[in-house]
Amino acid sequence: MGKLKEQPHQQHHESNFWTSYVFSTDHKMIAKQFLISGIAWAAIGGLFSIIFRLQLGFPEMDLVFLKPFLGKWITETGNLDPDFYLAMVTMHGTIMIFFVLTAGLSGTFSNLLIPLQIGARDMASGTINMLSFWFFFAASAVMTASLFVQTGPANSGWTAYPPVSILPIASTGAGAGMNLWIISMILFIISIGMGGVNYISTIINMRTRGMKFNRLPLTIWSFLFTAILGLFTFPVLLGALFLLFFDSNLGTSFFLSNIYLAGEALPHIGGSPILYQHLFWFLGHPEVYIAILPAMGIISEVISVNSRKPIFGYSAMVLSLFAISFLSFVVWAHHMFVSGMNPYLGSVFSLTSFIIAVPSSIKVFNWLTTMWRGNIRFTPAMLFSIGFVSLFIAGGLTGLWVANSAIDIQVHDTYFIVAHFHLVMGSAAFFGFLTGVYHWFPKMFGRMMNPYLGYIHFWLTFVGIYLIFFPMHYLGMAGFPRRYYSFTNFDAFRVFTDLNSFITVAAIVTFIAQFIFLYNFIYSIFKGKIAPQNPWKANTLEWTTPIKPGHGNWPGKLPVVHRWPYDYSKPGATDDYVMQNISYDETPDTDVPDTKH
Amino acid sequence: MKEILIITSAVLVLIIVFLLYRLTIILKMASGKRVPDKQSQDKSNGINAVLMIVFLVAGMGLMIWSTMDASDDFLPEPASEHGQVVDRLIWITFLITGFVFVVTQVLLFFFAFKYRYKQKRKAYYFPINYRIEIIWTAIPAITFIGLFILGFRASKFILSKADPDAQKIEIMGQQFSWMVRYPGNDQELGSFDFRLIDTENNMGINFTDKASLDDFIPMQMVLPVDKPVELKIRSRDVIHSVFLPHFRVKMDAVPGMPTRFKFTPTITTEQMRERLNDPDFEYELACTELCGRGHFSMKMIVKVVEQGEFAAWYANNEPWLAKHPEYLAKVPRSLKQLAYAIINNKEDNQLKATSKQE
Repeated sequence: MGKLKEQPHQQHHESNFWTSYVFSTDHKMIAKQFLISGIAWAAIGGLFSIIFRLQLGFPEMDLVFLKPFLGKWITETGNLDPDFYLAMVTMHGTIMIFFVLTAGLSGTFSNLLIPLQIGARDMASGTINMLSFWFFFAASAVMTASLFVQTGPANSGWTAYPPVSILPIASTGAGAGMNLWIISMILFIISIGMGGVNYISTIINMRTRGMKFNRLPLTIWSFLFTAILGLFTFPVLLGALFLLFFDSNLGTSFFLSNIYLAGEALPHIGGSPILYQHLFWFLGHPEVYIAILPAMGIISEVISVNSRKPIFGYSAMVLSLFAISFLSFVVWAHHMFVSGMNPYLGSVFSLTSFIIAVPSSIKVFNWLTTMWRGNIRFTPAMLFSIGFVSLFIAGGLTGLWVANSAIDIQVHDTYFIVAHFHLVMGSAAFFGFLTGVYHWFPKMFGRMMNPYLGYIHFWLTFVGIYLIFFPMHYLGMAGFPRRYYSFTNFDAFRVFTDLNSFITVAAIVTFIAQFIFLYNFIYSIFKGKIAPQNPWKANTLEWTTPIKPGHGNWPGKLPVVHRWPYDYSKPGATDDYVMQNISYDETPDTDVPDTKH
Repeated sequence: MKEILIITSAVLVLIIVFLLYRLTIILKMASGKRVPDKQSQDKSNGINAVLMIVFLVAGMGLMIWSTMDASDDFLPEPASEHGQVVDRLIWITFLITGFVFVVTQVLLFFFAFKYRYKQKRKAYYFPINYRIEIIWTAIPAITFIGLFILGFRASKFILSKADPDAQKIEIMGQQFSWMVRYPGNDQELGSFDFRLIDTENNMGINFTDKASLDDFIPMQMVLPVDKPVELKIRSRDVIHSVFLPHFRVKMDAVPGMPTRFKFTPTITTEQMRERLNDPDFEYELACTELCGRGHFSMKMIVKVVEQGEFAAWYANNEPWLAKHPEYLAKVPRSLKQLAYAIINNKEDNQLKATSKQE
């Protein structure tokens, strides 16, 4: 198809800088906006983790060189102020979970791939889609502003448990910083809602001719379930945040009761901090699946493409996505085994948490079988997919520890948990994100990223992640509590001081390695090799568009789909891939048409 | 532990050197001297495949070695009855998950290496096999439900109601310290109200309750060995969490919602000192729920002593009211007599105790 042709309906638009780059309603531009915001936030969130890791790993170190940037938050002894340390921990969590692994991951790839892979010209509502990004942008702006308030940003953890999160007399970050955090999160939830409505309606209503549900790529299935999860659970957090805001500013007592602080008994009576925890984790747990499901979809696609094999057990993959999504609504209280909730209630959540590991194991076995007897090309995307599977196994298995309410007594709120979720949903989802960037970069920018820099980036990151998070299991089993500013007060927690320094060093090396990616990304946007139309020889519809598709995606008619997306290495076919828009009549030598797909 | 540091940094340096070597190729390409062709793609594909195996072998080796190296420190000896149960569960789960971890990781990297791209190879078209899917749905499901049952039975035992004759101790979290209250001679903790808290009466003890009169507040938590203890846990400001790593005890302290945790210490502080060969060893109590800037410093020393020693210590403690006679004014008239009696009686008891020792 070669050069981009003018599309019939694009001629009606007057396109200038503002409409094509800023207030664009084109899903591909919105995807790029989410991508670049996500990468920027990831850099900031990563930097924050380095700042607090420095304090944790090298408490003796003089951090006075940070004084020009952090000002009063560096104490006279050259340490980080404990309030600021906690603020960094809080912001790292909030940014990474919501802004990077939700907006950055789901926002980028749902927007980019849903219309392209189902054969639609754009999202159901381009305007709502644009607003979704701009609400996210507003949320980002408010969160950024909160970093600069005089009393410091929110510093009670990304979970923001009251009472400490909303009483400025208990913690300085609970004042203006927390209010801005709440406002930012409310804007963010509006953004997620707009995105989710769009993703779901587009997938259900706008599939091209022949794109039956059982021919959808697994990416689209995962985006569908993610959007549904987000739409059902984020409003619950929205409600909780409004109540939190009322408690903090209007004197209500939803979550506050029996509190004596700063020399006086507060007038709040009858509220329950546990209620907030239930409301929070009703979102909070599905949220980790909101981060990991799109990553699962992305790597399912990439592993299949680069193993030159159909994904093993397509229907099992879809069913397990469904099972994970459904079960994720009923596991939230495993975060609360030691919150004082009734132990029998705890055992119900323990059971559901064990059961949700079953569909996750099915997925792992299916990925392994997909690679078995394949013909594997190690593109950077494929490397990151393999890394994803490895990290997902490592972190997922410790899920079987913490799902157990008896073991959880010892490891709850320790570094064991930090290791567990950083491996299984932090790093793994981030690997999914990077997989997506490397794989669909040619589709977004019409150029290729440098694969060699990609290899270096992968190996440094992969080794680094294991070196950072694996030793944390040891700290956690010894009982190191998380969110501690220092471990020197306790004899029991002093044993692993060296290991703590080691983790910090590994974190810094891994963080620096990300600049290889950043360089590769920016350089390749402008100077990368021009991409061929189908660089990975993949089957899905996005590779049937022109190299740089315009607004409307396909210059002529929409493609018609004849088969499922995973006809790789089909016996009898001339190539080792058969694209979805190729009819069975054109490949008479292959097997009898599979009626299922 | 230093060795880990050295070895892993050495490995990292080696990797970086290797990558720098690769970097020269990239720079050559950037300057147009070398074009990535089919051949170099195949070559880097091969290198990545080999690196997969290198990573697997080196990673597994490092993991096994570092786990064994750290194993002395990572699960302190359990010093409570249910601690043994928790630890047994941990080791069962460790073995199962460890086995699955090794098998799946080996398969992952081995497949990546073995089935690396070769021009002659054609991938095997294998979209589904329902029998295999059913097998690997059923096996994990059965294993996980087995693990759940073990955990359920352990939790039921751990979180069941305490013995009626268990030693009741109240522990209260506040920013940023802990306070403990013992029930005194009547073995019954008096009621409290956060509105009664002032600079002296830090725990808000309600002196209109008969049971409060003989309660005492020591500086340390002292526990009798081999006797069930029931912690009554509360907080007076924000959420804290009582964590006793050696006893495998953890429970949140929630303002407005008292919680509890029962356990039986099995090793005295003295015995533990001998076992660890560390004369300075102390059991520690830490906070594990983020509660503000001093969260990391909320420590309390816990002493476990022989039952006789405990009884003597218990009898030696003066009721809080005796130390703060000005609060007698808060005691209602009907209980005044009793309050005086308890205070004086306590003094008598102390006299008796000291005379016995003499």
